[in-house]
Amino acid sequence: MASSNSLMYSLFQRSLEDLIKGIRLQLHGDSSFISKSLDEIRREIKLTDLSTKSIALQKLSYLAALHGVDMSWAAFHAVEVVSSSRFGDKRIGYHAIAQSFNDQTPVLLLITNQLRKDLNSSNEYEVSLALECLSRVGTDDLARDLTSEVFTLLGSSKAFVRKKAIGVVLRVFDKYPDAVKVCFKRLVENLESSDQHILSAVVGVFCELTTKDPRSYLPLAPEFYKILVDSRNTWVLIKVLKVFAKLASIEPRLAKKVADPICEHMRRNVGKSLLFECIRTVVSGLSDQETALKLAVAKIRDFLVDDDPNLKYLGLHALSIVAPKHLWAVLENKEAVVKALSDEDPNVKLEALHLLMAMVNEDNVSEISRILMNYALKSGPLFCNEVIGSVLLACSRNSYEIVVDFDWYLSLLGEMARIPHCQRGQEIGHQLIDIGMRVKDARPELVRISRALLIDPALLGNQSLHPILSAAAWASGEYVEFSKTSYDIAEALLQPRTSLLPPSIRAIYIHSTFKVLVFSLKAYFSAQESTSSPLVEESTSSVSSPENAFTYKSISSLVNMIELGLCSLSGTLDVEVQERAKNVLGFTGMIKHKIAEEVTAQGSEIEASRAVAFMEDVFSEELCPVSATAQEKFPLPDGLELKENLEDLQEICGEFLKPVVESNSNLFSSSEKISFSVARLRISDQQEASSSSSHPPESASLLAEHRKRHGMYYLSSQKSDDHNDSNGNNNTLNEYPPANEISADSFNPKKKMNQSKPRPVVVKLDEGDDFKMKPDASSNDEPLSRAIQTALMGKGKEKEREKDNHERSLDPGIKEQSSRKEKKTKKKNGEKSSKHRSRRRSDKDAIAAKPVEIVDFLL
Amino acid sequence: MGIRFILMVNKQGQTRLAQYYEWLTLEERRALEGEIVRKCLARNDQQCSFVEHRNYKIVYRRYASLFFMVGVDDDENELAILEFIHLLVETMDKHFGNVCELDIMFHLEKAHFMLEEMVMNGCIVETSKANILSSIQLMDKAH
Repeated sequence: MASSNSLMYSLFQRSLEDLIKGIRLQLHGDSSFISKSLDEIRREIKLTDLSTKSIALQKLSYLAALHGVDMSWAAFHAVEVVSSSRFGDKRIGYHAIAQSFNDQTPVLLLITNQLRKDLNSSNEYEVSLALECLSRVGTDDLARDLTSEVFTLLGSSKAFVRKKAIGVVLRVFDKYPDAVKVCFKRLVENLESSDQHILSAVVGVFCELTTKDPRSYLPLAPEFYKILVDSRNTWVLIKVLKVFAKLASIEPRLAKKVADPICEHMRRNVGKSLLFECIRTVVSGLSDQETALKLAVAKIRDFLVDDDPNLKYLGLHALSIVAPKHLWAVLENKEAVVKALSDEDPNVKLEALHLLMAMVNEDNVSEISRILMNYALKSGPLFCNEVIGSVLLACSRNSYEIVVDFDWYLSLLGEMARIPHCQRGQEIGHQLIDIGMRVKDARPELVRISRALLIDPALLGNQSLHPILSAAAWASGEYVEFSKTSYDIAEALLQPRTSLLPPSIRAIYIHSTFKVLVFSLKAYFSAQESTSSPLVEESTSSVSSPENAFTYKSISSLVNMIELGLCSLSGTLDVEVQERAKNVLGFTGMIKHKIAEEVTAQGSEIEASRAVAFMEDVFSEELCPVSATAQEKFPLPDGLELKENLEDLQEICGEFLKPVVESNSNLFSSSEKISFSVARLRISDQQEASSSSSHPPESASLLAEHRKRHGMYYLSSQKSDDHNDSNGNNNTLNEYPPANEISADSFNPKKKMNQSKPRPVVVKLDEGDDFKMKPDASSNDEPLSRAIQTALMGKGKEKEREKDNHERSLDPGIKEQSSRKEKKTKKKNGEKSSKHRSRRRSDKDAIAAKPVEIVDFLL
Repeated sequence: MGIRFILMVNKQGQTRLAQYYEWLTLEERRALEGEIVRKCLARNDQQCSFVEHRNYKIVYRRYASLFFMVGVDDDENELAILEFIHLLVETMDKHFGNVCELDIMFHLEKAHFMLEEMVMNGCIVETSKANILSSIQLMDKAH
């Protein structure tokens, strides 16, 4: 029964062609047909007849390759098929193995013997099958077991076989580095072969090997040089050029020697691919060679003006590689780059954009930004945001290094906000606030821009602009003294359309309204005082422009408007908004009839003005950028126990803090936070230390409230024995001054050098953490490089010096190699992000030229 | 290491040939193919033939109804890969005589063998049409 079944299956087995036809005939999706066929295959493949089995396997491979069917269950059958003596079956079997086996396949080891048999076969095609399979699935064990066979084949008389053996060598070396001892010699001998195909294979292998570890192959440079000069085969030359690109970057003398033959090739009438490779080699490895570089740049120009978009893209790409070190090349081709901005191809546009950004400096930043803004308006959302993003990045780099005219930059930011596709609201908002904090002279302009943004009702509907609006609102409130008409600002902040804003931003709006109100009241009262008494106390308001002069009418209309606007919010669902609205309403309620009183009874107790003065003091403290590591710079004063168990605190704050369940660590962190934030405010005026600016941590009014409640836990202003590293401001440093008494002089902003146009002062904080990526060194390459070096040393090559280098560096060289791997990986990263103007490139070249110092540098 | 994979996909997005030189699971392969095909099909003829994808590049070219896509490392010469694709198409054309998509569909193994002759381990080892075709013909005879 079973045998007749199997006979039936064999006789009526569908061939691959039938299967394919069947699939094509399916009208309603092929999944049912495929699963049916799969069942058939399962039955057929279990039969003993090898040819049936192999056809079943063939069909299965097809399904796996194109229709995503899993074929790992058939692994053992594949092994069976491979043992067939028929070439056709063998082929199918090996193909299935190459396609489906991986390191985890359990039956992988079973094919070792079969592979060995086939590798030793006299039929070169069987050999080639086995080699091909080995190259795809070779594991450590397989590589180890079959090294000797591969070795034999490397010296085979049949070029066909030799070529394939060379192809396999890469994998074998990778998996089993000791194979090098055996095979390397033959590999190098093949470098001298006259057969171009063998040569191309060998050079290809070396190309890959040098990518991983260039130093080990320096001794072979003379052979490569010979090939470079003699060969006329494009493929071979391309590979050799790649090898030299890697070698020349670590051995500058080589660069000089190689420059001439490369120029020769460039001048010949060669194919574009070879030409491009020459260009690429020159700009990446040989950029010190004057003539070569000039020739390469001339050829790049030819690429740039060509109509073929491929060439344009590649020209731009090559230009971006050379840009960091040789900006003149980019400047020469400026028109072509700008033209490329309007190209149809988004890749080309992006490359052009990055190149343009590489060119930007103080003088041309406004011109280039103008050009880019025009393009941004014309293009689709993706490119538009790329443009905006890169302009923002370039201008804000190094604390706005290249921006000279901040008024212009602020108006540019306002323009960006109005571009329809703009998605960079977050960054723009951040920069608005940042500039407001760091650049005092720009604050009037900032307030003007913010007012324009706030007044426009259309912007409120655009969700991506909300961060910008919140920044504008904050800036208007904080720097309201620079504004001309505070009434307009308050009106804009309270307009009905603000209901479109999310609650968090509305809260900011309300708070800014509060600040505006306080400022206006203060102005009103000081105006009153100046009329009532000759003794004028100019406390804080620095601006008393005629527009700000408040009459009773205007101030009461302001107060009324605010009340009206906030009344509706006092019942809103969001607690933050409601709370803030209520705060302001409470204040206005208190103030309102005091104002009315004072009109009639002048000279009497001005309670209201005292209340206003108090609020105004609260808002007068300037919040400035504080380094994130500022706290760490101060050693703890003696007697201050930060981590002590603060149970009393829990009693007080118990209803606010979450119940401490597991340990007291929760308590520590919250109490630490409280003292930290206070310390931060106090320290901020004492020093000019590190990195990023942060937004003001808490509003000062909340802080004052909190302090009232928990005053006993705050640090008193006693002498502390701190010493800190900053040089200026020595006398005030040993004491924590009480809050709210910060003078502007205690900042020590960096002054810019003299320029023709006076540039406003930008408060800079020193560079903080500048972390470098340290990728893990792959330990696989080490034994390989060591083996290669041993092999080369044993050959007694001419370059004794290189040998000595190797010997010397062999043991510290292990460390060096791992650091070189880091450098190399960094190099890869640098090359990948060369479009993004990685400055690491110059570092990398410096590293490359001084091998012995690598360890120190990276450590 | 040079070439990572070679794909042939038609305009409807169906894969006709997939050769990978590094191990990826089935799901990974499908996801990869889907992403890349979408990217390439969305481009028109005036745009350049190179697409960035994750940490490698795709070099592609369209021949009639079939897209040939090769995924390569970042440091590979793109123009050379374009020439390689052209070489592959010419070889198949010579072997099948006016190759079309159907030929590839029905003789998938032949296409695979041709590729195997030309690329080993991700490196291009054979670039002469004559050599490739003669080996294939001899192997067919030995069949």
